[in-house]
Amino acid sequence: MSFETYMAWVLTTPLNQIIAQHPVCHDFFQNLRIGELHTELTLEDALSHVDSELFQEFGVEKHDVLREFCEFLTVFGRGAEEGVRVKKVTILGGTDKAGASEVTEWSVSVGEIISVVGPTGSGKSRLLADIECLANEDTPTGRKILIDGRALSDEERFDMEGRLVAQLSQNMNFVMDLTVREFLEMHARSRMSKNMEHTVQRCYEQANELAGEKFGWDVKVTQLSGGQSRALMIADTAYMSASPIVLIDEIENAGIDRRKAIDILARKEKIVLISTHDPLLALRADKRIVIKNGGVSRMIDTSLEEKLCLEEVEKLDGVLYGMRECLRRGGELKRELLVK
Amino acid sequence: MRLITVAGPPSAGKTSVILKLAEALDFENGKMGVVKFDCLTSFDHFRYEEKGIPVKTGFSGKLCPDHFFVSNIEGSVNWGLRSGFQLLITESAGLCNRCSPYIRGVLSICVIDNLSGINTPRKIGPMMKMADIVTVTKGDIVSQAEREVFAFNIRQVNPSAKIIFINGITGQGATILAKQVQNAEEITSLRDSRLRFTTPAAVCSYCTGETRIGEEYQMGTMKKMEFEGDQV
Repeated sequence: MSFETYMAWVLTTPLNQIIAQHPVCHDFFQNLRIGELHTELTLEDALSHVDSELFQEFGVEKHDVLREFCEFLTVFGRGAEEGVRVKKVTILGGTDKAGASEVTEWSVSVGEIISVVGPTGSGKSRLLADIECLANEDTPTGRKILIDGRALSDEERFDMEGRLVAQLSQNMNFVMDLTVREFLEMHARSRMSKNMEHTVQRCYEQANELAGEKFGWDVKVTQLSGGQSRALMIADTAYMSASPIVLIDEIENAGIDRRKAIDILARKEKIVLISTHDPLLALRADKRIVIKNGGVSRMIDTSLEEKLCLEEVEKLDGVLYGMRECLRRGGELKRELLVK
Repeated sequence: MRLITVAGPPSAGKTSVILKLAEALDFENGKMGVVKFDCLTSFDHFRYEEKGIPVKTGFSGKLCPDHFFVSNIEGSVNWGLRSGFQLLITESAGLCNRCSPYIRGVLSICVIDNLSGINTPRKIGPMMKMADIVTVTKGDIVSQAEREVFAFNIRQVNPSAKIIFINGITGQGATILAKQVQNAEEITSLRDSRLRFTTPAAVCSYCTGETRIGEEYQMGTMKKMEFEGDQV
């Protein structure tokens, strides 16, 4: 609905009906410290009962409140849940740090996993930054990013407001002092999730499946172990985050089931870029790109031979996992664990 | 010359954002200047000087920083024009979280950081509410979910602002901000321009140096809290 339609609705509808449809409106009035509104009236009439000095403290007049409320409804009614839908991202290459051309054109589609390899400082973050801001030959690399085959206008670029890319990296933490339940509910609420309970439940279950050690609803997120935090972040990104592109930076030692993590994200119809040197993850990807001196120097399709290698790597990983589990439970290692 | 105002709580990353913006704009040295409005002390001028960006620092001292800003902004603009800058940035810390050094027709940016508490956007007044752009820093150290909830809380207070996430260390996000700055309006003077919001009211006996406590010493603009059992 447009601003004008909301305005017409707000002018003629009792406030309590509007709030019933959009519970988030509570926050709007809370932010202005208006607690006791006569919600059986229209907003315009209800506001005439409020002390105007209060508005002055917030730098608004009564008629501004009406306009801002409709703006608020327009923004939040736009269906934040839909998020940004992207099927394919195409990167038209630019130049590396030495000015040499990089791989000229490559695309990533929904459900695909791309691994990104290259030494520290080679330009992996720059690649992500270019995707995030939808570079249009206006970043140091000169890359151009197309969404579903076309370049976006500046206005569209800003409209994405950084909502395109969700980032997960080793050094991210939870800083909110909330329990797991409160945390997930808060995120679901901000996403205007229609089926909040279900989403929160799914997210919690997935996180627990990924984490080595289970955790409860009432644990504070700040008290979760490294692996548990990572698991919760991944499940949350898969089930709640609106961003269609996910970048994962080095999850090798996070103490979670990495394979499952990647599968969950790919299954949630996201485009996954994962920066890693872990063969288990790198070979699981459909393609990998090699970054050298600031530019994409190669694109490699994971070959049949590599896929066969992956099977061996998975066996090795299984052995290590078994040993870790054994140690965790206080057991003693036996040599036969090695030849599983 | 383009003028932009940058405000935000102390240590939110205003200086880092401005420095990354300067890099993204790729001006030659001397094409951009900064006026830093602070209260007691500041170390940011070293960081600007390191990058060859001319900077002036002013301290409000015992005065309200907003009042100090508004009485010095014209002088700042004149300095910028004389120096031949293409861009002048004013930087000020909104110390009472109500400060709003924003001027109508002048691009206004609020810088706030992801570590400052999830409800902080809702606690900051006109400085957040009246900004054209809200820049969020330190997102690289908190979870994706927290970044999203934070942005949601910003949008609640200022639905029309553009929200831009910037990494003050790597500069990620600065390109988008630079695009906005390039589109800012040119000004030649601020004479008769208007602030977007009134500065905090402050004319009372304590403004003029009174230190004693008690009804009889209080004059001017005062505001009383109500407590149960108070005799009216």
